[in-house]
This record gives sequence, C-alpha cells and structure tokens, in this order.
Amino acid sequence: MKITLTVNDAAYPLDVEPRRVLADALRDDCGLTGTHLGCEQGVCGACTVLVDGEAVRSCLMLAVQCDGVPIRTVEGLAGPGGEPHPLQRAFSAERGLQCGFCTPGFLMLAAGALDHDPRLGDEEVADLVRSNLCRCTGYEPIRRAITRAARDHQNGQEGRHRSV
Amino acid sequence: MKPSAFDYVAPRTVADAVDALAAGAQVLAGGQSLLLDMHLQRAHPALVADINHVPGLDELTASDGTLTVGALVRHQTFESPGAVPGPLGDLFARAVVTIAHPPIRARGTMAGSLAWAHPASEWCALAVALDAVVELRSTRGTREIPAGEYFLGPFQTAREPDELLTAVRYPLLAPDTGVAFTEHRRTGFSFAQVAVGAALTVRDGVITEARIGLANCADRPLRAHAAERTLIGAEPSSPAFTMAGEAASTEDAAPVPEPYADVDYRRHVIAVLVARTLREAAPV
Ligand SMILES: Cc1cc2nc3c(=O)[nH]c(=O)nc-3n(C[C@H](O)[C@H](O)[C@H](O)COP(=O)(O)OP(=O)(O)OC[C@H]3O[C@@H](n4cnc5c(N)ncnc54)[C@H](O)[C@@H]3O)c2cc1C
Ligand code: FES
Ligand code: FES
Repeated sequence: MKITLTVNDAAYPLDVEPRRVLADALRDDCGLTGTHLGCEQGVCGACTVLVDGEAVRSCLMLAVQCDGVPIRTVEGLAGPGGEPHPLQRAFSAERGLQCGFCTPGFLMLAAGALDHDPRLGDEEVADLVRSNLCRCTGYEPIRRAITRAARDHQNGQEGRHRSV
Repeated sequence: MKPSAFDYVAPRTVADAVDALAAGAQVLAGGQSLLLDMHLQRAHPALVADINHVPGLDELTASDGTLTVGALVRHQTFESPGAVPGPLGDLFARAVVTIAHPPIRARGTMAGSLAWAHPASEWCALAVALDAVVELRSTRGTREIPAGEYFLGPFQTAREPDELLTAVRYPLLAPDTGVAFTEHRRTGFSFAQVAVGAALTVRDGVITEARIGLANCADRPLRAHAAERTLIGAEPSSPAFTMAGEAASTEDAAPVPEPYADVDYRRHVIAVLVARTLREAAPV
C-alpha cells in the first residue's frame, strides 16, 4: 500500500505491506533506527513513539494505520541546531542510561507525558516509569531524570512569567 | 516473529465494517492484543478490518440510567472518574489503572477486551458483575447478549466471527453504592493473578445489594453469586466479608493452576482479596 509517514515533520512516501508494523517502517523504510525493538509484544516499551501526540508502542501499530498522522521519534527531540532536549539533558545529568537500549522508549514516553501535563508529580513519574523495562539502571536514575526535566520546565516557565 | 501477510481495509461506516466481517475479516480495534497474537502467530487473518475510522463508535453516553460504551472507547477514557456518572465511574477509574500501562491504555478499547475475552481481563469481570449487555451487529441484524451468557471460556465468547461488537451497555449504579477494585499480580508486567471488583449497597444498616466480579478465578470471568448471597441482609462487618470471601473462593471460583500459582494458593488469594475489596467498598 502507498502511504506517507510524517515523522518529525518530514514526509516519507512509502510502499509497504499492511503487515509492516510502524516500528519496522520507521527503522527499515525511513532509516530512523533510534526507535528500538525489543520484545515486539508490547511489554518492554523500547519502541515507544508519539503518534498524534500520544505515546504508543510502535510494535503494536501497523504502518498503514499511521498514513498522514504526525509521528515523533527520538530523532525529533533535539532542537534545530542539534541542542539536546531538556529530557535528554536530564537523562545525561542524572545518568538515566547505561547501555542505552531502553532510552529512546523512555524519552518518548516521558516526552508524551510532559506534553500532556508539564507539572508531573513524583507519583505520576513513578507510575509512568512502570510502563517500560530497563535492565541496567534500576529505574531510580530514570525517575530522577524525568522529575528533573519536569522541574526545569516549570522553573523555565515561572522564570519567564516573573521576568514579564 | 512478524505478522503473516493479510489484506487491510479501513471501513468508514458500521455497515461497511459488518460487510467486511461477512467477507471473513478480523476486527482491528486498539490492536493491543490482535497485533500481539499476530506477532506470536496465534492469529493469521487473511483480511483485517481497521474500525478506527468508523464515526460514532467512539461515543460514550449515559442516559436513562444506562451507560453505553462504543467499540472505540479507549481504556484511557475511564481514568478520569468523571467520564462516567456516579459510583460506576469511580469503579471503572479504580479498575482501569490496573490494566497494562499508559501507552497500551491509550490505544486499547474496553470492547476489544470483551471481544478478546482473556480470563484475567478486568473489564470482563466487571461486565458480568454489573449485568452488562453486549451489542453485536452482523449482516443478519443486531442482537444483544447479557454478559453472563456471553463468556464461554478462555478467548471464547458467544460472538459469531462475522459479528461486530458495536457497544457494551451497563446499568448505572445508584448514588449510595460503595465500590472497590483490588488486584494481585506477580509483577507490574503480568496479568492479574486474581482481580476483584465489588459494588455494595447498604440501607438501614444492612446490605441490600452486592455485586462481586472475579477475574482469573476460573476459565472465564465470574460473578460471585454464592458470596453475594451470604451478604444480603447482613450487617457490613469484617466477619461477614471474611465469610463472603470464603464462599467466593470455595463455591464460586474454579481456579486453574498457573506456573506461579497452584489451585490452593489461588483459592487463598481469592478469599483474602474478596474480603478486602468488600471492606473497601462498604459505604461508611
Ligand atoms: C503488555 C500488555 C499488557 C496488558 N495487560 C492487560 C491487563 O492487565 N488486563 C487486560 O485486561 N488486558 C491487558 N492487555 C490487553 C489490552 O487491554 C488490550 O487492549 C485488550 O485486550 C484488547 O483491546 P484492543 O482494543 O486493543 O483490541 P484488539 O487488539 O484490536 O483486538 C483484540 C481481539 O478482539 C477482536 N475485536 C476487537 N474489537 C472488536 C469489536 N468491536 N468487534 C469484534 N471483534 C473485536 C479482534 O479481532 C481481536 O481478535 C495487555 C496488553 C499488552 C500488550
Ligand atoms: S518492542 Fe514494542 S514494546 Fe517491546
Ligand atoms: S540502560 Fe540498558 S536497558 Fe536501560
């Protein structure tokens, strides 16, 4: 089937079989290998991307379901000049990754949650982190990184309000 | 593994969807179980009908004491207790957070859970406990089946392969109903070893109505009728709830052994969880 995937604001016209899952289309057809595939069963969350602003498992969606729908992957997090996203800075500062296999999934999971609610509380972050698997960090640094990004975001917002 | 090849259609009306089913299509709703089954080669449909573009199926309405949940209402919707009026909304909000994780709840649907009919499904247990009605549509017409007669076994229901599950209807719960939902699972990633939902009405100091739903306590979701009978007319008290737990565990449940939970263990967990859920549900 002929479809167009819109990934990080770029259009990718593709001809895919209906059975192609979004994760494979992103990696093999669009060449965006930042999205990782672990279990292919919805369990690990390594494949998490934003589809229409919502964090979803790209191993449990078909590429043909995403024709014309905005998709955001880890490659779309950094700013136009390549400067890291606040979440990426926080993951680095808090050592939120070791091998890094799970990292794109956690980043997109957190990016989706912060877009919906920039004031994520500790409990919400703890709950959110339960969605994905990490075999290295023990989750605590990931939790700290997301909390830090949320806090930086709020401080940034408040700073801006105060200076007005 | 990858899904085997299939043809894909995305009908824009219920009538077109039903025609696709008549031609042998399998429904793709949230895809959170279908794609898993296809990856595992447990399902290999030749034709898949993606119902996500059928307008109207995403409607959630409450009127005349009945809640109607369309086939495309996602799990996530129920996370806000205000989505559904009264104690029913509270019960759904307590139950939904035990289903999978946020990214899966963003796609998966309540109707899809009822169509898939996993014995550990939280929604399926609540559907039988609350006397839900399942609406099925095919080229032959529309029929309704009470949830109590709909579930036939693991992944087995009274739905014919060519029937689209268009909606699930629930009677709303009276404002003075107390509700609770508890669950026991081995890890955050497992399905429930046992899950219990309860709705209790207490009037003039005695229990006048009790509904108890059990997930993963048999080969299909159960309503704990024997446990409920012990409660009617009783005062809401710990001993009464313990007795109901025992009745649920020995009379209602028919647990099957699982790798990390033999039958004795499961019966023990059922008794404890039922009593705990009732204590939590008891209006104070
Ligand atoms: C990691 C993980 C953890 C999970 N944990 C839980 C859990 O704890 N508890 C739980 O209950 N579920 C759990 N699930 C399953 C999840 O809740 C699914 O969303 C749900 O079972 C199916 O809903 P769906 O809309 O995704 O259906 P789909 O995957 O689209 O469909 C499932 C099946 O039902 C059929 N179907 C779907 N809708 C209809 C319809 N309207 N008419 C006719 N047939 C239809 C499909 O053809 C298919 O056979 C989990 C899934 C994953 C991947
Ligand atoms: S690869 Fe998608 S959840 Fe594991
Ligand atoms: S950093 Fe290695 S799996 Fe998470």
